[in-house]
Amino acid sequence: MALDQSFVGRTYPPTAPYEVGREKIREFAEAVGDDNPAYTDAEAAKALGHPDVIAPPTFVFAITFQAAGQVIQDPQLGLDYSRVVHGDQKFSYRRPVRSGDRLSVTSTIEAIKSLAGNDIVDIRGEVHDEAGEHVVTAWTKLVARAAEEA
Amino acid sequence: MTAKISYVDVEVGTELPPQTFPVTRATLVRYAGASGDFNPIHWNEKFAKEVGLPDVIAHGMFTMAEAIRVVTDWTGDPGAVVEYGVRFTKPVVVPNDDQGAVIEVAGKVAAKLDDNTVRVDLTATCAGQKVLGMSRAVVRLA
Repeated sequence: MALDQSFVGRTYPPTAPYEVGREKIREFAEAVGDDNPAYTDAEAAKALGHPDVIAPPTFVFAITFQAAGQVIQDPQLGLDYSRVVHGDQKFSYRRPVRSGDRLSVTSTIEAIKSLAGNDIVDIRGEVHDEAGEHVVTAWTKLVARAAEEA
Repeated sequence: MTAKISYVDVEVGTELPPQTFPVTRATLVRYAGASGDFNPIHWNEKFAKEVGLPDVIAHGMFTMAEAIRVVTDWTGDPGAVVEYGVRFTKPVVVPNDDQGAVIEVAGKVAAKLDDNTVRVDLTATCAGQKVLGMSRAVVRLA
């Protein structure tokens, strides 16, 4: 069933701050096998001009996707999460995420489309730090695959 | 932000050193924990098959995380990445054996942009199939 177009443009309240921890960054970097010292060694990060260790570029997805849960689980929107796959992902960075950041995400539904029975939802997550400065924007395209014919 | 590659030293067509990234079931369990994405299609073969997949598949975001390493290892500074986007075109199927799967990533400078930035187009394949499409990063060089 096609989703309600009137949800396009809807913005959800900002999430409670997520505090980025240096050990979480280390855990993530190790999980993707990335030994870049900027992720684990504050001195190496400072030598590159960062105030503290930074997170790998895709780390922030864990935070924005959790925030997108407000959209995905919005009963009024009615997306069938059991059929959802990740279509596209994009990030635009003002600066890298770093240890000690307290990040809040504001999610907006940018578009809703129906294509060959698939529901496609584009969600934009604006990530701000505690000072209210923009850090990164994440665009996530979710595709709820059409249910098989009974 | 100090990248180790200079803008003046690259041209459209400059190739970045390609890399290969092995992925096994253990890799996926570890990534699930680190990323908080516990969708069972990434670790439970029975569940994956029930929803129509050939086997357990890697997290798309895992592949995205590996692909950008071709760029961040090239520049040295991961903070130099200004934009990064991908389309998930095919799943990376990860069999339950000692080999797992291998993701092969290559990158090429596709455009020189303003402000010492370049656009790098990435290709990521697994078992000969393209697993990412429209995979592009904009990165600031020295």
